[in-house]
Amino acid sequence: MSDPTRYRKYHPKLYRTRMPIFWWVRKRAHIHFITRELTSVFVAFYAIELLFLLRTLTLGPEAYDAFLAWLQTPLALGLNTIAFLMIVFHSITWFNLAPKALVIRVGEVRIPPVAIAGLNYAGWAVFSAALAWFILTA
Amino acid sequence: MTQETIALEVFRYRPEQEREPTFQTYEVPLRKDWVVLDALNYIKDEIDGTLTFRWSCRMGVCGSCGMMINGTPVLTCAAFLETYRPGPVRIEPLANFPVVRDLVILMSDFMEKLGRVKPWIITDKEKPVAEGEYLQTPTQLADFKQYSMCINCLLCYSACPVSGLEPDFIGPAAIALAQRYNLDSRDEGSAQRMEVLSQDDGIWQCTLVGECSAVCPKAVDPAGAIQRYKVASTNDWWRSKLMPWGK
Ligand code: SF4
Ligand code: FES
Repeated sequence: MSDPTRYRKYHPKLYRTRMPIFWWVRKRAHIHFITRELTSVFVAFYAIELLFLLRTLTLGPEAYDAFLAWLQTPLALGLNTIAFLMIVFHSITWFNLAPKALVIRVGEVRIPPVAIAGLNYAGWAVFSAALAWFILTA
Repeated sequence: MTQETIALEVFRYRPEQEREPTFQTYEVPLRKDWVVLDALNYIKDEIDGTLTFRWSCRMGVCGSCGMMINGTPVLTCAAFLETYRPGPVRIEPLANFPVVRDLVILMSDFMEKLGRVKPWIITDKEKPVAEGEYLQTPTQLADFKQYSMCINCLLCYSACPVSGLEPDFIGPAAIALAQRYNLDSRDEGSAQRMEVLSQDDGIWQCTLVGECSAVCPKAVDPAGAIQRYKVASTNDWWRSKLMPWGK
């Protein structure tokens, strides 16, 4: 005989709710999270744009010039501005989360989370500076 | 001077009387030294003895008084009533769990998940008692201490949208407790736990919303535990691919 005092898993009298599709609009933290996830679309956009640019190099100077002209249209400028802002958001949110995954100990001391995020930011700054130097002095 | 009061809108669900829950409003004294749990006990003692909720220690240790206050999971014994002035304060059972009655949720699902991650010290060979204790340095203790502070209050499950959308997800506290033992210098069971947690319902369900750590009253940081687990699992995978002989 089964134990009558035990709860049954699918007890018909249990009250259950389902999460609504728009569960994420109610809380700031959730909107922040969904935005962070959506930024990946813009990362992909940048990557594809870069691939198209590379393709024009194989197609000759006219194609390249046409692509540069397209980049200066209001549509392209608008899209790239949005993509840029989203990617900055993407980088900042993920750099801030890096210490969650990385716990590094040097001997007895744990490297403080701020330092790990700081190293990421420093790397970002160095790479950006190097790229800027490479492009601007070319 | 008359005592100021505050309204509590309390979730009521009486399965033998109604199929859908309702909200009942109670007016309680707004006393400076009261936490929300005191107000609930006042209702139970003075206004309506049928209101059902769990609590025990009244000091943030037993983990049984967790509820949603205005949509956020908190320990009601650690939430001062005054913070919610002027009210009304909406009190609901912890989200993402089936409700048994009023503010009482069913936690058997969590208990089953907790058991699956083997939250105890596993050793390949038991050391005979005559050989003495297992010694541990303060640094070795510091490695896992934070995770051992968990009081199983389940606030993290209520805050986690993944737990709500994917009820099979093993979830924040159980994974943090798995880490508590993995990082213990006396333990040798991490491979067994990895087998459980690298499945579909394990660590990879987590999308790092991070709310579990935001609501945890004991600073366990379950989100951190899960991300560290992902790193360890990825390292394991690479090691098994690059050095298949090194098992
Ligand atoms: S990890 Fe924190 S929020 Fe989750 S059950 Fe443990 S103490 Fe509660
Ligand atoms: S009553 Fe024990 S934690 Fe609140």
